Amino acid sequence: MTIQLKQSTGPQFSRILGIGAERGELVVTNDDIAGPIDSSDEWIRQRTGIITRRRAGAQTSVLDLSEAAARKALDAAGLTGADIDAVIVSTVTYFHQTPSAAAVIADRLGATPAAAYDISAACAGYAYAIGQADALVRSGAARNVLVIGAEKMSDFIDPTDRSISFLLGDGAGAAVVGPSDFPGIGPTVWGSDGSKAQTIRQTHSWSELKENPELGWPTLRQEGQPVFKWASFQMPVIAQQALDAAGVTADQIQVFIPHQANMRIIDQFIKQLKLPETVVVARDIADTGNTSAASIPLAAERLLREGAAKSGDLALQIGFGAGLVYAAQVVVLP
Amino acid sequence: MAFTEADVLAGLAEIVAEETGLPADSVTSEKSFTDDLDIDSLSMMTIVTHAEDKFSVTIPDDEVKNLATVGDAVTFITGAQA
Repeated sequence: MTIQLKQSTGPQFSRILGIGAERGELVVTNDDIAGPIDSSDEWIRQRTGIITRRRAGAQTSVLDLSEAAARKALDAAGLTGADIDAVIVSTVTYFHQTPSAAAVIADRLGATPAAAYDISAACAGYAYAIGQADALVRSGAARNVLVIGAEKMSDFIDPTDRSISFLLGDGAGAAVVGPSDFPGIGPTVWGSDGSKAQTIRQTHSWSELKENPELGWPTLRQEGQPVFKWASFQMPVIAQQALDAAGVTADQIQVFIPHQANMRIIDQFIKQLKLPETVVVARDIADTGNTSAASIPLAAERLLREGAAKSGDLALQIGFGAGLVYAAQVVVLP
Repeated sequence: MAFTEADVLAGLAEIVAEETGLPADSVTSEKSFTDDLDIDSLSMMTIVTHAEDKFSVTIPDDEVKNLATVGDAVTFITGAQA
């Protein structure tokens, strides 16, 4: 006799129940960092749209930023840690290969024994994790999932690097994803292109550092022109696919929340997607900087808090970055 | 049908004008993208991408740094046509 296994099933729909954010406590101006890269406030503003970036102090860790953002997201969702049964942390700046940040965060929040794991998808990490959370909820693998994008990028910068360091900021954004009685998260369009792995990279690996300590602490570099071209002209195609997959058009969304990489990339997205002026565009980069996996939820939380966006708005979000990797989806804002 | 150098110059001038706001007739062969037209590396990538679409050519990323003048770009694009 054949034994038939049971397989889990879940609710038909999922949505984001609450979003929370925590920025690094320090405000770093362009003048603060322009000297070692022989640059100026004007040059940095013109090239990136960044006026200030937020960075965390020496005593503030990725875990601290994560916990603070997560608590706010739980409050916004009207839940506690005990209601969470999976925690996904996206980070590329947590210092432990193991154990995961997610397991520690789950414990700090009282979510134990929630499933907990970290993912490495750089600036696409939040959108990757929202896609996973949606799938976990609707498959019945988890009822409520806590997603956190958290980075302390300032631990991996070189003050003399002109390629990426001056863009970077620190922060964490969190979202709780749970069951819904209406469709709240559109299909995730995601992917990678490892043939371009070297365009955004760590200068050298931990094993190379072990072999040759004179290499010093690894930091980040990017090849600005190819990355700009990829982000500005290929990522809008992915964003459009996410709109199409969700069955909505650019003039039917209220909010556009791209990864906050560079204001000029955001401007190209608007042109390529032909977004109408009625769409509110997140421009949090101007005073937060590029916070990698944290940038989308930081920007989303701010739009909601400041009233530029409201609960129920349809938002297109897209993350893209080192890998190269990307993910986009249309979500209903909580 | 292949584009002539004159076609490419005219088309490229339109693209540069769109990106920079400069009049198209100021975009002439001898002009340096950086020194004369004040085009930075990110705007250059935007121009390159639009030129690739318009003329159905590929301009490799590591070729872009060799395109110092408008004329350099016209020569490359004309020669790169299949």
